[in-house]
Amino acid sequence: MANLLQIHEPGESPTPHSGDTHLAIGIDLGTTNSVVAVSSKNKPEVLRDEDGKALVPSVIAYAPDGSFIVGGLARNLFLERPECVVGSVKRLMGRGVEDVKSLAGVLPFDIEPQAEGESGMVRLNVAGHKLTPVKISGDILSALKERAEEHLGHVVDQAVITVPAYFDDGARTATKDAAKLAGIEVLRLVNEPTAAALAYGLDKGAEGTYAVYDLGGGTFDVSILRMEKGIFQVLATGGDAALGGDDFDHAIAEHFLKERVKGKLNTSDVKMALMTARLAKECLSDENSGEWSLEIGNDTSRHKLDRTTFNALINPLVEHTIDICKTVTEDANLLPSEIKGVVLVGGSTRIPLVREKVSKLFGKDPLSDINPDEVVAVGAALQAEALTVGSDTLLLDVTPLSLGIETMGGMVEKIIPRNTPIPVAKAQEFTTYTDGQTAMAVHAIQGEREMVEDNRSLARFELLGIPPMTAGAARIRVTFSVDADGLLTVAATEDTTGIEAEVAVKPSYGINEEEMAEMLYDSMKYAKDDMEERLLAESRVEAGRNLNAVSAALTKDKHLLSEAQFVEIEAVVHQLEEVTKGIDRDAITEAAEQLEKATKDFAEKRMDQGIRSALRGVDVDALDEQASKG
Amino acid sequence: MDGPDTTAEEQKAHNAGVIACWSCKGPVSLVIAFCETCGAVQPPGQANHFIRLGLERSFDVDVEGLDQHYFDMQRHLHPDRFATRSAQEKSLSQQQATAINDAYETLKEPLKRADYLVDLLGADALPEGCNLVNDQALLMETMELREALAECETAQQVDVLSTRAQNDIKGCIEKLSKLFKDGDIEGACRLKTRLRYLKKLTEETRIQQMKLV
Repeated sequence: MANLLQIHEPGESPTPHSGDTHLAIGIDLGTTNSVVAVSSKNKPEVLRDEDGKALVPSVIAYAPDGSFIVGGLARNLFLERPECVVGSVKRLMGRGVEDVKSLAGVLPFDIEPQAEGESGMVRLNVAGHKLTPVKISGDILSALKERAEEHLGHVVDQAVITVPAYFDDGARTATKDAAKLAGIEVLRLVNEPTAAALAYGLDKGAEGTYAVYDLGGGTFDVSILRMEKGIFQVLATGGDAALGGDDFDHAIAEHFLKERVKGKLNTSDVKMALMTARLAKECLSDENSGEWSLEIGNDTSRHKLDRTTFNALINPLVEHTIDICKTVTEDANLLPSEIKGVVLVGGSTRIPLVREKVSKLFGKDPLSDINPDEVVAVGAALQAEALTVGSDTLLLDVTPLSLGIETMGGMVEKIIPRNTPIPVAKAQEFTTYTDGQTAMAVHAIQGEREMVEDNRSLARFELLGIPPMTAGAARIRVTFSVDADGLLTVAATEDTTGIEAEVAVKPSYGINEEEMAEMLYDSMKYAKDDMEERLLAESRVEAGRNLNAVSAALTKDKHLLSEAQFVEIEAVVHQLEEVTKGIDRDAITEAAEQLEKATKDFAEKRMDQGIRSALRGVDVDALDEQASKG
Repeated sequence: MDGPDTTAEEQKAHNAGVIACWSCKGPVSLVIAFCETCGAVQPPGQANHFIRLGLERSFDVDVEGLDQHYFDMQRHLHPDRFATRSAQEKSLSQQQATAINDAYETLKEPLKRADYLVDLLGADALPEGCNLVNDQALLMETMELREALAECETAQQVDVLSTRAQNDIKGCIEKLSKLFKDGDIEGACRLKTRLRYLKKLTEETRIQQMKLV
């Protein structure tokens, strides 16, 4: 009877309630369109509506009461109710007002002035609501989540969300915050080109060195990967987080507006002009010419455009992407001819001029046999499955931008260079320059340029609680860590005293903690129940880990226990197993504590045994001596 | 030594190369990544980069082999393998993967590898003044190459310089290998400096090439 305990293989932790694990989804949250996919048993499936459409326009329309609709219906309202509709918010994630691109001096968004105490992130006025891009993206994500739930017939609360590889820390954090508002746990932020490579590698068996050219609605990325036996190693990446199909629309709209009689434009006129330009662009990917009308105020004008003129308008932008491809190829220490294949991703790669220039640079016809609009979502779904169910494949990604800090004279000192594999941590030592100094300001920067002003400001940190010493005596070690999502964290310690300095982060364009808390509170979708459920899930994972550990220890070292001790432990184990099946989180915590207490002696005996066996045959006196010297 | 909180027992265990597994609380060897008893991932510890990636301590590293060791370790320890585990396991896997990346980045590149090998010897083992750049011949060579680069007017001219620098780098690496084998640290330090200058120069030729194309 002493063997009623369930024994698990070491390392294979039991998943309590594996029955209630839901499929995690993959979301490609695009500038213009979003796509959701799900994968089970390595078979990815893109979710489609009744008409078979996978693309959900990333456009949202708000009603005065705050309710909203997302997708094609919202986009249809663009022309009628432009003040209630907003699109392309991805371009504003983690951005300030100065980053927003205007058309003929007018912004395509209604921007709210920054209020006292607010973080620097841009805020929009939509249908009279003052909204951050994070909130708007969160609402889009919750609509996508709802669609997936309808399709799958179960709750969806975990996802892999893709982001442009060239997204900086601010934009990544903003994306994760948006998911939090939508009640989605982000399993991983995966770079879009890497997700696309995963889809190609698994579906088409692509092996070798490939380039992924990803030109979407608002962002451009190029990544070079080595794909080999299930490992997807990013060698180098680069891009422009503000270059995409939207910019082609801008170029066409500018061209049309120049042909018109000058009149004063408002935000709605600008949105309309951009919409018309987009239609013209899409048409010119297939046709050689066309004519479009632009109705602004009471004045309608007609505009002809042929492909040659269109090409001339967008040529400088396409050339810019080609220059970036060259730099990235060099960063990977390769020649364009050494790249085995080029994968095209993103709707804007349908433009003939783009294809032409890419083939010319790499000297081969690019691949687009997986739909360029859907391939990223497919990769995200595959990765979501890999993270939750397990997998033989592994994505090894890099930092897209160098990370540094501001030094004297507004110069940047690089701490983590671009294309460093993540996760990564690097430490930098600082000292004080006045006697008794207890605080220090650090300014973190992301970018490649030498001067602070030419790069992106990520955050300012205040190191507080430095023990007062004479100038130059303190040794403050600041560690910058970038995790597998590409997100930065900072920790600081004073080395001579071991005192940990407190790091207060003020993100330059993010949302500060109070704002986030307030939004979470306001978000009806993220109710208290969800929170409680998540905490319960976490304590179950922890209990499972604990049970697995005790069970493994018993298998190995049961002989160290008396029968009575064994029975006692077994009873507590049984109790923890039982309460883990229930929903009482406090009971789980309490049973876990009891198990800890019940196994304390056992642990000591095991350590004793382990040390004795490690020391067997070693001169114990010599070791003791070494210890006292230590 | 460790902080004042360390008990004599813990110290003894530490000296024997054994720590307590954070998960099953049993003994676990300092140098392994997973507890042999319960399978829980362990903290990365202080192993040097060669030991961490299972390589012999030498300047001559087979890059293919290095890659395979690196991939094998990441296959097991990367945070993607712990996405649904407890917070502690997630954090330890991140630390492990960070340490593996650090080792890989250092050993992959000959100059960083040479620097690291010298660092491992400790400051006391270094010949005096070996980090000073007082090699007149090297300084002259560098200045001449810089001037030649500045005067280049075509991409082809830059190419010639770039090829020359690449060849010199290759030669440098071959010589470094011999010096490390012979234990000539002073010579290795000098050559390291030359390699650093040559690498800088190739970077500059790249920039120049971009300007000219």
